[in-house]
Amino acid sequence: MADTATVSAPGLKRSFRWSPGLILGIVLMSLVALTAVVAPLALAGPAETLTPDARQGTSAAHWMGTDDFGRDILARSLVAARLTLLMSLGATAISVLCGVVIGSAVWLAPRWIREPALRLIEAAVAYPSLIFALLIAAILGPGSTTAVVAIGVAGIPGFARLTANLAASVSHRNYVSTARLLGVPGHKIITRHLLPNMAEPLFVMATSSFALSLLEISSLSFVGLGVQSPEYDFGRLLNEGLNSIYAQPLQVVAPSLMLVVTGLGAMLIGDGLAAAADPRGGRRHFAGRKALSRPASLDPAPQALLEVDNLTVTSPAGNQIVKGISFSIRPGEVLGLVGESGSGKSMTAMSVAGLLADELSVRARTLRLDGLDLLTTRDAKALATGIGLVYQDPGTTFNPALRMGPQLTEVSRVHLKKPRRRADTDMVEALDDMSIQNPRLRMGQHPHELSGGMLQRSMIAASTVSQPKLLIADEPTTALDVTVQAEVLRKFRKINKEHGTAILFISHDIGVVQELCDQVLVMYRGQILERLSAADLKAGNVRHPYTQALLAATPSMTETTDRLATAKWQPEDELETTR
Amino acid sequence: MTVTANTAAGPGPQAPQAGVSRRPGSHWAGFALRRAGGLLLSLVMLIVLTFMIVPLIPGDPAQAIAGTDASPETVAQLRGQMGLDDPLPVRFADYVAGLAQLDLGNSFRFNDAVGGIIATKLPYTAQLAAMAIILVLAIAVPVGMAVGILTRGGRRRWLDLAFGNVAGFLASLPGYVTGTLLIVLFSILWRVLPAGGADSLQALILPTVALGIGPACAVARVVRQETATVLEQDFMRTARGRRLPPLRLYLRHALPNLLTSTLTLTGLILASLLGGAIIIETVFNYPGLGNEIVQAIIYRDYPLIQGIILVVGLIATVLNLLVDLVLGIIDPRTLGAKSHG
Repeated sequence: MADTATVSAPGLKRSFRWSPGLILGIVLMSLVALTAVVAPLALAGPAETLTPDARQGTSAAHWMGTDDFGRDILARSLVAARLTLLMSLGATAISVLCGVVIGSAVWLAPRWIREPALRLIEAAVAYPSLIFALLIAAILGPGSTTAVVAIGVAGIPGFARLTANLAASVSHRNYVSTARLLGVPGHKIITRHLLPNMAEPLFVMATSSFALSLLEISSLSFVGLGVQSPEYDFGRLLNEGLNSIYAQPLQVVAPSLMLVVTGLGAMLIGDGLAAAADPRGGRRHFAGRKALSRPASLDPAPQALLEVDNLTVTSPAGNQIVKGISFSIRPGEVLGLVGESGSGKSMTAMSVAGLLADELSVRARTLRLDGLDLLTTRDAKALATGIGLVYQDPGTTFNPALRMGPQLTEVSRVHLKKPRRRADTDMVEALDDMSIQNPRLRMGQHPHELSGGMLQRSMIAASTVSQPKLLIADEPTTALDVTVQAEVLRKFRKINKEHGTAILFISHDIGVVQELCDQVLVMYRGQILERLSAADLKAGNVRHPYTQALLAATPSMTETTDRLATAKWQPEDELETTR
Repeated sequence: MTVTANTAAGPGPQAPQAGVSRRPGSHWAGFALRRAGGLLLSLVMLIVLTFMIVPLIPGDPAQAIAGTDASPETVAQLRGQMGLDDPLPVRFADYVAGLAQLDLGNSFRFNDAVGGIIATKLPYTAQLAAMAIILVLAIAVPVGMAVGILTRGGRRRWLDLAFGNVAGFLASLPGYVTGTLLIVLFSILWRVLPAGGADSLQALILPTVALGIGPACAVARVVRQETATVLEQDFMRTARGRRLPPLRLYLRHALPNLLTSTLTLTGLILASLLGGAIIIETVFNYPGLGNEIVQAIIYRDYPLIQGIILVVGLIATVLNLLVDLVLGIIDPRTLGAKSHG
């Protein structure tokens, strides 16, 4: 119950975003509303008096000409704003009120009524709303009331569904279930808790619905089922204009313009409000990939496979996420990169792979894989076959829409130009090597049909089939169960032993790293604190207090302690000592 | 006729089912059962709704149909002819029995079988709607994807802005206004295209554009948004890690993941296109079901109104089902999901 205040008022915490579209929409709508008030008072004469000046073109007296009965078309178009707006408001009111009442009633109803009622609403929403409108028009006969009722009723299912959905989602929140448990009656829950919480989305939908109602009512008037002569709204005027379109093409322009302006204004407001209510706002920033900024390192280490010198990754806000780190990997070496979340280890791995998000910029003095300059190269084949990649969450790294086989064999087929059959056979072998049962069957399945462990082993198989020089594994076991973890780790070791593939292994789990790696880099806040051999790490032979804290925080299977330690270390003044 | 974004949750990063594979057949069986139930419900709803048109007419339906100045004998005769003297359940049973024999009754106005009238008019409307939906997909998918790709990760802010505004404006134009203005421009001022009829393929151009351009822009905006979302998914990074050529990257990896949401949306739009076609037909004096039902309502030709609403509603239902089927083939996971949410 403590968080009631924050949950019930999510809108207040965000600052409201006044987009240009929203402002333009409000300006347009205000102009139309003002016209609707003023024009009928000021322009009723020219708009409705019959004069002998029929079908005139543009003139100083009649800017948009006159109609068949010598009435000023511009004046009529402006005066029509009143009826059009009133009718749209009426229709929207019907949709919202009836929709909210029906939606709430459905939500309050016992389950055996609620489920079929929801199905019915669902089925009704799927129909073109015009069908309902025509149904009502058929019952009531053409007329302005008909148009309002018809479009209003056609909008009810949408609001009923929104209300029922909102009620269902709001009612799952703690304070509502508490209120229900306390025996607060249903209608009180609705007025006290649900309606205030649903007001924002309902209002947003009502503004969109107003825009739609306006265009649909006008469309009914336009085809002759809505407003009847001598009354006139935008749709009726457009209909009259269309009838004499060859004699007086100008006659359709003014009502069209009014319809466009009003419709656009209403729609801009609806869209603007919807965007302002959507918390996922905010624009992205594209940083570009800054290649080599300084000459290559003067001292290339000839024995290194991967060479990273002075690598920095900068966020769009200008923060350095990786602060000029340097390391190298020898052929066949397994290098672990450990650190807590946000230490920059994944950023390091992804900048080596060249797969960082667009808004991050990468700089380095040297970023080189076996003679291939990773900062400038565009050699897709060398990159794709030279670096194998295994990512963190196997559940999201496979394309859900494609079968396993085509995804796994893609590098072989695209870059190594293997024929499909050959690539398939090789892949089946590689999968088999990774202890995947029924590899042929698996390749015909979609990713969601495989378990996480299987997916990750498939990913390892796929990234090794092209015999890469370096395998980058970015937290490959984090998303997996502990038992599956051990199995996946064994596969990495197997690849390293059998193919001599060098591995850059990223993990936050120092225990996992010390099992697998020859050398370990400890990262903290974008810097490397220390480099250790696995033996040192096992022996607890570490110098830096942060590494000691990390080690102490790792529970061991063999020792029993009363409580688990956490990595407690204040870095502020000690970072200097290691660099 | 606008459709806002986020209609479909999209393929997104939903948690995969961790379990070992389920039999694919069970998906389809459950799907078929659910959809059959939905279809039946829709059919019942349509039949009840169309039946209720006549009983719900305020006052005496026979009087309303015959007109206020009709003689009492005429009204009484009409009442007998329509079976209005029978109790409501009997009339409903008659109505359903007629429908069961595919008999939609006779039009008052033409004194002709409603089924026959609909059969001659339906192909025109179907042709118009089909051409419009082709136009929508042909514009929305390539344009939306191209803009999504070109503006990914915050590139080319100007293009993003220009596209959003132009597409938003076009999407806000109602088809009948677009249609009227198209006639003024292409048929009256420049005299290059016919303003009405359905005699030639040329005559279809303006109605198709008027009907399709708004939805095309609405869908293009959604496709652009979905493209941006898909491009940021982990599996796209995996594909980029394979350093695929751009065409392969976008067409093979991104496009199938856009299709789910795009087709869902197109399915929704298809239904609203049917509605739009009814109005557009009036603009272009196009001899389809739309023109027919508007005339039928004005002349109070109830059997014809009921017949057209039944047929159009049924078509909308079947189209929704087809879209779901296609979705199931493209992305099997949607079969396991409910039809919404």
